[in-house]
Amino acid sequence: MATATTEIPSSPKHASGRPTQKAAKKAPAWLAALPLLVFLALAFGIPAIAVLVSAFSVKDPATGTSHLGLDNMTDSLQGAYRTALWSSVKLSAVVAVVGGVLGTILAQAVVASRSTMLREAVLTASGVLANFGGVPLAFAWIATLGNAGLLTTTLGLGDAGWSLYTFWGLVIVYLYFAIPLMVLVMTPALDGLRPQWQEAAASSGATGWQYWRHVGVPVLTPALIGGMVLLFGGAFAAYATAAAMVGATVPLVTLQIADALSGNVLVGHENLALALSLDMVIVAALVMAVYLPLRKRSSRWLD
Amino acid sequence: MAGLTVSRPRLGRTAVLAIAGVYFLLPLAASLWFTVHSEGKGFSFSTYGDILTADGFTQSLLMSLGLAVATIVVVLALMLPALLAVRLSAPRLGQVLEVVCTLPLVVPPITFVAGISTVLRWGPDHLANTPFWQTLIAIQDPDFPWVLVLAYVVLATPYVYRSLDAGLRAIDVRTLVEVSRNLGAGWITVVFRTILPNLRTALASAAFLTLALVLGEYTIAVLLGFRPFAVWIVTISGANAQLSVAVSLLSLIVTWALLLLVSGVGRKRT
Repeated sequence: MATATTEIPSSPKHASGRPTQKAAKKAPAWLAALPLLVFLALAFGIPAIAVLVSAFSVKDPATGTSHLGLDNMTDSLQGAYRTALWSSVKLSAVVAVVGGVLGTILAQAVVASRSTMLREAVLTASGVLANFGGVPLAFAWIATLGNAGLLTTTLGLGDAGWSLYTFWGLVIVYLYFAIPLMVLVMTPALDGLRPQWQEAAASSGATGWQYWRHVGVPVLTPALIGGMVLLFGGAFAAYATAAAMVGATVPLVTLQIADALSGNVLVGHENLALALSLDMVIVAALVMAVYLPLRKRSSRWLD
Repeated sequence: MAGLTVSRPRLGRTAVLAIAGVYFLLPLAASLWFTVHSEGKGFSFSTYGDILTADGFTQSLLMSLGLAVATIVVVLALMLPALLAVRLSAPRLGQVLEVVCTLPLVVPPITFVAGISTVLRWGPDHLANTPFWQTLIAIQDPDFPWVLVLAYVVLATPYVYRSLDAGLRAIDVRTLVEVSRNLGAGWITVVFRTILPNLRTALASAAFLTLALVLGEYTIAVLLGFRPFAVWIVTISGANAQLSVAVSLLSLIVTWALLLLVSGVGRKRT
């Protein structure tokens, strides 16, 4: 009976009663998401904190005690480590730009052909190939262009000085998953270019080049850069392919981290792997920072 | 004149498609050639026959499949309630989840494994006398490393989030739930007989993406010292290169078939 009286519309308690009722209704929503959030906080958060803390703690080889310091971070940016980090960034940038351009050209060829069969075939193949990384990818290319690969032996590329186990060899291999990824990103964006825009440009006397220069490319830019950021991230993080393919002939930061994790570092530098990892996260975050402001712009035209 | 302006881009298009075709098919053809032909013996498909009996093949494949099933169950059990809740009553929670579920994409797997191995090494120093210690030992069981499941759930989160989110956008969850509730269905009936059947495609694609991810994952497993499928392929490549390429090719074809299956199911439903 007491609760019934508070329900009377004119009751002053009514105003405060409703929000609490609403909050009680919302509580289960947070509860349902709680396991996920707790899981990620534990399984993702703890290792992330471990990387941060260890990257900044320096172990004294003489006394065995640790203290906070920047030694690991500065070491991770010097000598061979700097070379590896720089070469990883260069490799990923080349893959992102070349893969971005070639993927866009391929996507445009598919979209312009207006053949649904070709489109389905290319898109499903892209879905598979974009996820085709790691060890099998390295083996397929070793069988093709490696020292005893099919093309190398039939075309006599070995005598011409060709080697797959170089910077450009890695670029060719990484493009194998980068181009399909770009096709997947660019196809919806290219679909969004309305034919009317091209017609309007043509009837105003614009050439095909002018249409792309002033309408097509500006509208596509956010999608283009977004795709390139994805490509950069994929190439930057890749480890298995490089490890199975080049070993140590091309210095890469992922290979250095794996090396340092396996204990191949000087005494007192055990946390170097973590410092290098932190460098990687910082680079990845910087690249993402380029992309995020663009994402907001992209929906203006292409929805 | 009209014929000229149409045929020029068509020529370019054909060239683009032809070059792309060569670039993408050549490595697959070369791999196949490598597995069926050898200098001394000539043509033989015996490499493919050797796969099943190869040392460690069954064991590592079963381990990977087991890890994949566990990862799929855990990731769906965590994500589905959260995403359903977002759709039903907490849109602001959705923005939080989107950010949280995208974060694992920013952190490269090698960085993640560096963090995990650091945490596992802290164990002996700080946890030796606590109940957590037993847990740490248990999740590193070499026969079924739960620590890999934990890592793979994190890696799969962004992909599962996207497929489930897309699936939930396509159906009107709120109406479905309200109608079922008004007809007297309990919450369990609503979830299992109304929502999940409507999400079949999204669930299948989330599961297959996770399966492909777990079967192909190498970095984390090798650096933590376990030997699931991808690590096994590399281990045997030294002694039997033909076999490792044959297994790689087969695993690609199987993944391909699975993805085609999912997209085929998806098309029939829409």
